[in-house]
Amino acid sequence: MSLLKPLLASFLLIAGSACAFAASEADYKAAYAAAEAANKEAGKLRNQWTTTASTLAAAKKAADAGDFDKAIEASKEAEALAKASIYQATSEKQLWKDLEIR
Amino acid sequence: MASTIRVRATSSGDTTEVQALIQHPMDSGFVKDAKGEIIPAHFIQQLTFEYDGKPVFVADWGGGVSKDPYVKFAFKGGKKGDDLKVSWVDNKGATDTTTAKIV
Amino acid sequence: MRPAIHIVSAAFALAMLALTPPATAAEKIDPVADAKAFQKFFTDKFPKLKPEDFVTGPYSMNEDLHRQWVEKEQFPPYEFSLEMGKEMFSTPFKNGKSYADCFPNKGIGIRQNYPYFDDKEGKVITLELALNRCRETNGEPPLSYVKDEMAALTAYMAYTSRGKPFDIKIPNDPRALEAYQQGKEYFYTRRGQFNFSCATCHVQSPGERIRAEVLAPGLGILNAMPIYRSEWSGMGTTSRRFTTCNSQIRGVPLNPQDDEYRNLEYYLSYVSNGLPISGPGARP
Repeated sequence: MSLLKPLLASFLLIAGSACAFAASEADYKAAYAAAEAANKEAGKLRNQWTTTASTLAAAKKAADAGDFDKAIEASKEAEALAKASIYQATSEKQLWKDLEIR
Repeated sequence: MASTIRVRATSSGDTTEVQALIQHPMDSGFVKDAKGEIIPAHFIQQLTFEYDGKPVFVADWGGGVSKDPYVKFAFKGGKKGDDLKVSWVDNKGATDTTTAKIV
Repeated sequence: MRPAIHIVSAAFALAMLALTPPATAAEKIDPVADAKAFQKFFTDKFPKLKPEDFVTGPYSMNEDLHRQWVEKEQFPPYEFSLEMGKEMFSTPFKNGKSYADCFPNKGIGIRQNYPYFDDKEGKVITLELALNRCRETNGEPPLSYVKDEMAALTAYMAYTSRGKPFDIKIPNDPRALEAYQQGKEYFYTRRGQFNFSCATCHVQSPGERIRAEVLAPGLGILNAMPIYRSEWSGMGTTSRRFTTCNSQIRGVPLNPQDDEYRNLEYYLSYVSNGLPISGPGARP
């Protein structure tokens, strides 16, 4: 029994990590959609970053080539970039005054 | 058609200073356009300034010279009122020439 | 890359939370005071320069560059564009009318009055916008705001105003004041992945370098427009400069002549009132 536990644990670990590595197209589409939505939000604030667009493009390119791991990673990065641009636009509504010549 | 060459030559003492601005795309042949196609090489290969029938400045150029090149140099000699002839030939065989008076 | 982005996002979020808006939230918009402070800031920072020296941008910031610029002005690279502009300006439209019919004083010597606030429309009108409207009213297709033809036209019009001081008017109309204020806020707002505002370079660092370029002061920065930039190997409009500046700091540019850009031009021109038009100009 004592031998079985670590064996069971390692089985579960392998099974768990196997799930994490089996990135699906569905996962990619969800991640890409989230990134796109965030970028659209940034667009409403008139503050999109060029790197968000290029990272989204890289995600799509990876997905088209079937590399969903890479596509998801790029989508998540694009989402982070888009969110940062939203924070920038929102916080700058007040912060611009710090630079103003008075 | 308007000349592609603007030139001004001023003489003081025994030296004449010349400035010229030449309108030419000077495409190197290495640059791609928006579609990703190479813009063909189109540049001045030789530029000549002549005074009293003799060349006082000759430039042999390639694609490394920028668009609308500007040239400035000085030569010994040249009197006010005399002519200075400027001409160029490019890699497509096109030419232009103009003559200006030294002031 | 990703950890850095998350740190940046977190930093922004923190900044947002930590920040308390200034007590005077409803400050009165005072362009006169702004312009005075703006000009004082730069003349204090560069006491050896006369106010009109600021219109030469980086060339007043560096002796070697200045020497080169003086020489270059004897045979300026914008000459061809200027000639093209003069020709374009004098050529009638297909319907027989010409640009002269759209502008006061036949379009000669009026550049220093642009942009202006149109109270019927309730928006800022720039010279570029006015030129395209003139074309469209007369059945001609509009020109691209970022290409050679518009640059040539504005080069000619600027040339006819050379030496005249900027004379931008802000009527006592809340919409005009608001447009001015929007332009001012745009100028100081950080944008793009590099998190730069116009002020980051042109207020905080004039005379200093960004990579190999010497930065121009914000005062007088539009007086030389349009400019022949060696970097572009050609002539460029104010629209071109605003949009390329955005993309250089990794911000997606808006459309040329969008509200933000016209308001920005309004602000920047106004705070340089009194300084002479030096356009068309040449820049590195």
